[in-house]
Amino acid sequence: MTHRLLFAAVAAIHLAGAASAECPTDATGSVRILSNDFAALNAINERALACATANLTMTANQTTQHTDLQVPALTANPAEYTVKFGANGSMTALLTAGLLRPLDDLVAKYGQDLLPTQLIKIDGKVMAIAFMANAEHFFFREDVLAAAGIAPPQTWDDVLAAAEAIRAKGVMQNPLGLSYAPGWELGQGFVNLYLGQDGEFFQPGSAVPSINNAKGLKALETMKALAGYMGPDYLTWSSDAMAPLLEANTIAMSNFWGSEAAEVLPGTEKAPTAAPFMRLAAAPAMAGYDHPATTIWWDGFGIAKNISDADAEATFRVMMHAIAPELATEKPQLAVWLMKGYVPTPAAAGVIASVQGGAPAYPTVPYMNLMHTAIDDNIVGFLKGEETAEQALTDAEAAYTIAAREAGFIQ
Amino acid sequence: MPHRTFTLFILPSMLAMLLFIALPLVSVVLQSFYVEHAQALVQVETCDPFGCKTEIRVDATAMQALNAKEPQGRFNGFDTYLDGAHLAVDELRTIWTRAPDMAAGLSQTLNLPFYRALLFTLVYTVVVSPLSLGLGFLIALSVNILPRVTRGGVIYITLLPMIVPSVIGALTLFWMIDQNGIIGSFLQWMTGDNTLSLKASGALAWATLFAHGVWSNAPFVFIVFFAALQTVPRDTLEAAMVDGASRFERLRLVTLPHLAPIATFLMLILIMDNFRVFESIVGLSATAHASSLSSLIFFALRGDTPLFGSAAATSMLTVICIFVLLLPSLRRAWTGFRSKA
Repeated sequence: MTHRLLFAAVAAIHLAGAASAECPTDATGSVRILSNDFAALNAINERALACATANLTMTANQTTQHTDLQVPALTANPAEYTVKFGANGSMTALLTAGLLRPLDDLVAKYGQDLLPTQLIKIDGKVMAIAFMANAEHFFFREDVLAAAGIAPPQTWDDVLAAAEAIRAKGVMQNPLGLSYAPGWELGQGFVNLYLGQDGEFFQPGSAVPSINNAKGLKALETMKALAGYMGPDYLTWSSDAMAPLLEANTIAMSNFWGSEAAEVLPGTEKAPTAAPFMRLAAAPAMAGYDHPATTIWWDGFGIAKNISDADAEATFRVMMHAIAPELATEKPQLAVWLMKGYVPTPAAAGVIASVQGGAPAYPTVPYMNLMHTAIDDNIVGFLKGEETAEQALTDAEAAYTIAAREAGFIQ
Repeated sequence: MPHRTFTLFILPSMLAMLLFIALPLVSVVLQSFYVEHAQALVQVETCDPFGCKTEIRVDATAMQALNAKEPQGRFNGFDTYLDGAHLAVDELRTIWTRAPDMAAGLSQTLNLPFYRALLFTLVYTVVVSPLSLGLGFLIALSVNILPRVTRGGVIYITLLPMIVPSVIGALTLFWMIDQNGIIGSFLQWMTGDNTLSLKASGALAWATLFAHGVWSNAPFVFIVFFAALQTVPRDTLEAAMVDGASRFERLRLVTLPHLAPIATFLMLILIMDNFRVFESIVGLSATAHASSLSSLIFFALRGDTPLFGSAAATSMLTVICIFVLLLPSLRRAWTGFRSKA
């Protein structure tokens, strides 16, 4: 039900002729972008930067450390950046600090190309504009699975069985690759498997943690079982490591971001020999649950509050050009775009299957990032066999509680 | 030099130190006693591409008003220092009253984040500092006996680890010790174990971090010792030779005593530097196996909800630890000063 709207967008094929917002040649002022660094966002930045004129200065800072910068940078007055690209997870911090401005006026004036589903509304006000959907989902080598005589896995238990079969046939020793590097991704591994069992991170209506339960234990034990089919240094693997590992013929199955799918599909320079055999699917489900064990995300932009109205207007107009429907038609392989006119490519198959399968959105409660960090910091000991799963979850809850108390979420 | 001249001489740098070191330190001390205000939460209707739902969010307007009025946050006294993420007094009491034996108590203590980081930091400092001193000294001795023509080039190459930024050095090493990297595959070939990986186990990851530490420290030690070696009195060395002292005896009886004060100075610098180990943990992606006091501070400040009070408290504890480590030599310096006065 909740996912129908997205598919209205994805399926809405308002073909050619969609008005393409031109660069605002009469705009003056300064547009300063802060964004994460991956291919789809880089394409947007490129289109935005091309709008620079003698009267309109354009700068863009693309960095994976964007979440560390955003709050202090937008707190300054005038803000260091006029526009911040972010996802449902990272926008929360800016909204919490009240650093974004409502966009209703600008949408009414310049947003004629936007679909209603692209508007992120909080308390009735448009606070951000979404342009793409993303999710971590399953990738596998069709030839390797065929050689081992197994069907594409539907659940994480199937993944374990498939990994065992590939190992038993002597095709690959450690056929699985998941991004389990601590820092954020390891915690996300847990979040996926925990939400895959409809787990609740907090006691209802409060910020008090509640992950030390059967679902938490099941998630951890599944992670450890999966780790048994990964190479010995899996605790250093970030999602950037997946394409090289696939290309090196080290792994045959993985679960990573849909926005990176183009890197392992035909036409890529990163994995040219593996690409023809790569297939995409929804993230596997946890046994007994009917939806993929992953979280779905939107990426979008918000405009800083602490800038002049003129700069905000120039920024919005440049962004309308940068995310115009023609981006989705010209570069459809880069992302699951939410703009009108987008026709899904094979690279979108995994994200779309995950959304259609009913994967939940990443939680947006303002204390979720503290929970995520606490989990990330405290489950390594269990994976390394130094402590029990109960101890790891107890430690994570304790660490979260201390942090949440300091941040003012628990009294 | 008269006191007045001396005072005038160091006045500019004293002012700079006050401004750039003392004042920030005071602000960190103050910060460590405060935590964030209690957050005002509201339920709001949120719509995104996946649908509409009611969510809990922070009431930004209320919080902005509160933060404008009391920007420091809530006074928390020493509670941040004593909580489970720092000195963990309550946790320690529970652990040691319940622990069946010493080993269990210790392992539970080291499961607490602060003590885990402190252990790695101390072991790193204790292992890497003397090894760097020794290696740097050996390099200095070796370079010192090279003919003059080749010295320049050799010195330049030897200094490379110091010229290369620490993070880049660590990243290079990270790729080299990969199972497909040059060192990683060589080790596998040598041991005949094709599952061997330096990144996989805690012990090997620590060893790699130590090796990187020694590699990046040694050039600094080398260049200071090399300079000092040029000042070893030739007369004494020649006299020792006439007396029939061997090369080793000259080293032990003439060179080493001459270099001793420099070695003490280097050791102090190395201890202070190594106690702040950080870049290599990130560069070598070793966060799964090692955390240091500096990495605790870094990670407390990262992400969407930076914990300034927590980071400030860890900083102050680090300062205190360094002070304790340096206490013996500080005391020696003080007695030396007193005896001169």
